[in-house]
Amino acid sequence: MTILHLAVLAPFLFAILVPFLFKYFRKVHTGWFVLFVPLILFIYFLSYISVTSDGQAVMQRMEWVPSLGINFDLYVDGLSLLFALLITGIGTLVILYSIFYLAGKEERLNHFYVYIMLFMGAMLGVVLSDNIIVLYVFWEITSISSSLLISYWYAKKASVYGAQKSMYITVFGGLSMLGGFSLLYVMAETFSIREMIGNADLILNHDLFLAAMILVLLGAFTKSAQFPFHIWLPDAMEAPTPVSAYLHSATMVKAGIYLVARLTPVFAGGAEWFWIITAAGIFTMAWGAISAVRQKDLKAILAFSTVSQLGMIMSLLGAGSAAFYYMDGDNALYTTAILAAVFHLINHATFKGSLFMVAGIIDHETGTRDIRKLGGLMTIMPITATISVIGLAAMAGLPPFNGFLSKELFFTGITNVAQYDMWNGDTIGMLLPVIAWIASIFTFAYSAIIFFRTFRGKFKPDMLPVKEVHEAPAGLLISPIVLVAAVLMISFFPNILAYSIIEPAMMSILPGILGEGSNFYVDIYHWHGINLELMMTLGAVIIGTIIYVTMNKWSKLGIYQNEQDIMTTVYDNGYDALIKGSQVLTRIQMTGMLRDYIVYMVIFIVLIMFYTMFRFEGFQISMENASEIGIFMYLILAALVITIMLLPRVNNRMTAIILAGFVGFLVAFIFTVFRAPDLALTQLMVETVSVILFMAVFYHLPNLTKDNIAPLTKAINIVVAGSAGLMVALVSMSAFTYGQTTPFDAISEYFIENSVELAGGYNMVNVVLVDFRGLDTMLELLVLGIAALGAISMIKLKVKEDDDV
Amino acid sequence: MFDIVLQISLVLTSFSLILVLIRTIIGPSTSDRILALDTLGMMLIGIIGLVMMLQETVVYADIALVVAIIGFVGTIAMAKFLERGVVIDDD
Repeated sequence: MTILHLAVLAPFLFAILVPFLFKYFRKVHTGWFVLFVPLILFIYFLSYISVTSDGQAVMQRMEWVPSLGINFDLYVDGLSLLFALLITGIGTLVILYSIFYLAGKEERLNHFYVYIMLFMGAMLGVVLSDNIIVLYVFWEITSISSSLLISYWYAKKASVYGAQKSMYITVFGGLSMLGGFSLLYVMAETFSIREMIGNADLILNHDLFLAAMILVLLGAFTKSAQFPFHIWLPDAMEAPTPVSAYLHSATMVKAGIYLVARLTPVFAGGAEWFWIITAAGIFTMAWGAISAVRQKDLKAILAFSTVSQLGMIMSLLGAGSAAFYYMDGDNALYTTAILAAVFHLINHATFKGSLFMVAGIIDHETGTRDIRKLGGLMTIMPITATISVIGLAAMAGLPPFNGFLSKELFFTGITNVAQYDMWNGDTIGMLLPVIAWIASIFTFAYSAIIFFRTFRGKFKPDMLPVKEVHEAPAGLLISPIVLVAAVLMISFFPNILAYSIIEPAMMSILPGILGEGSNFYVDIYHWHGINLELMMTLGAVIIGTIIYVTMNKWSKLGIYQNEQDIMTTVYDNGYDALIKGSQVLTRIQMTGMLRDYIVYMVIFIVLIMFYTMFRFEGFQISMENASEIGIFMYLILAALVITIMLLPRVNNRMTAIILAGFVGFLVAFIFTVFRAPDLALTQLMVETVSVILFMAVFYHLPNLTKDNIAPLTKAINIVVAGSAGLMVALVSMSAFTYGQTTPFDAISEYFIENSVELAGGYNMVNVVLVDFRGLDTMLELLVLGIAALGAISMIKLKVKEDDDV
Repeated sequence: MFDIVLQISLVLTSFSLILVLIRTIIGPSTSDRILALDTLGMMLIGIIGLVMMLQETVVYADIALVVAIIGFVGTIAMAKFLERGVVIDDD
């Protein structure tokens, strides 16, 4: 246990304290206590920058299940540290924001902060774990705590729906990922990511490579809301706004990005990885941007915008993975995409966090997030408006904000693909910049919609639920101001993080590409000269403006009116169909009638037996060694068969009992003929006792009624019963033949020889029952005892209706 | 010679067993059936005796005795049921 381990576990440990703090210090908002946890962790992680910026990494080991190779190993390198700083830094701001956001006395703060601490610890665990099983454990804790946070207001139906949906989708992905991890273990024989990267050649040439890759990517895509798994994210907006800002923009949705970046050295270098990630990312980007324009709810717009931006980062990671193919680290043609991904990751976390907080402030102050009701807030909420202008400009990619810088890098990285001379980069790859450009047009359009519909236009006080709208309190504004300050700082001094954060992160995504001791060249600047990227940005701004201005024309179209994502419809219908389908299936199968269940059982037994016998050529029928049958036996067997066949047709209970007695007596007689006097005696006794028992309960039984069975059912019954009888007969005959041909002696020889000698008894059956196999007899007596007690308790113990049995 | 006599006797008793079965089935009243079952017991005693002779053993003598007792008890039980509607009186 080192300090690093303690740092990851600290939020979990603190979560234990939260309910006590909530209970005993009611006067102080619980958030104030919680605030110190991420703050201290943030400062602690800052101390690692000096380590990682030198290209070094820290590995701390703690044994967990060493016999299985599962250890709680933590590994801090540039990529982990970047995420750890994002998690703790934005975590601090979000908790500060939540103190003012969730101020009401009726809020269940103990729940909220416990969940958020769980989430923070799990997220730190995900990004710092070196062991994939530990990573998976933390990964699932993020899914669970995220669902708990989404359903924080659990009385609302939409919250529960959103939580359920996100749970289904992310847990589906998580389980697929576990499958992928297991395959990775099969290939590399280690759970450690470090060692896997060392054995990447082994994995790359393995048959299971593609399966493992797709399964791991399912996990990453579901978590990071890539198409078509993005649908949970807009519904997760039912969570309190601090949660949306923290989980659904800055941290959890980037877990998939982290996973892809982390495993790039393991999987990259092949066309599958490159194309799956790039294509999924770029398509998600366009889909999210186009869907965002249709939304009427501020948070829904931001959610689709997050989907879009995540797709952008994902596509960059895909495009950058080509560096592993060329192994040419100095060439910016391949590494620019990774630089853009890391840079935009930071930028997105800053501006999207602040935008969510702004949306929360607007909701808090006006009581609505519907852009159709909002408008003209600029003069009423000037600080909020300023914050959102900067955030939106950064999101839209306007100069000089940081979004512009990363979008230029993005365009460079994606247009570079067209120059790759492999994997169709120069043919289909030409499409990527086009789609990216279309997506950024819509990005500009929805950014404009948010600003102009919320802050400009006419103020509509009569449509708002609150009486008086005014600027938010200072406490709510601190966090977005800090984030916007970070946006501005990166905007004007883009290289401030270059070699402390960005370059080490690139080094961990692309290890082994560069020679020993060299660095990636990171220089982010505003003016590249008049080039294609600038033209693309200009074009996007111009067409985006045209789209916004002409919005009244096309907003009447049906496709704009319908906010629902097509994939959500698919999900909902699929979900309903799954439930209905299972119900239909259950109703077909679970009829509640014993008759049907017996038919199922018999059919399956017959089929399995027939298949087995047929498959292994078990049917061998030869009656060579069978004994002779006396003529009288034919008569007695005829009587037996006739009686048995008549039994089901009898409609008088007394006759049925007498016929059953008849059968019992004949069976006893057959026992006699086959020289089993003890059996015959017992059979007679039992038969008589059961006939008398029937008589005893006879009085309470209803008359036998003729069932009206449909002819088809009747035919099926006849076929099933006939085939079961035939099957058993064939199997018995085969068994007899087999018994004749096997060289093994019967075990009964031993009993014949030893029953007198060892046990001192001449009745061999009885010797076997009480001496050689006495245990069975004892337990059968127990069965009788239980049956007797059961009968007594059923007769004597009468339960009243309201008694709980 | 003796074996042939035994076989013939067995076939004859088995044949009468079939006749008893027919009586059990066609009834017409329950009393007929009970009597047929009782007769079945008697015939079983006979057949068991013949089988004993055929197999040259005495171990089935117990069975013959038990069939006699059991046939009696069974017939009494059913007869009582017909007469009273119950087998074992509650009082």
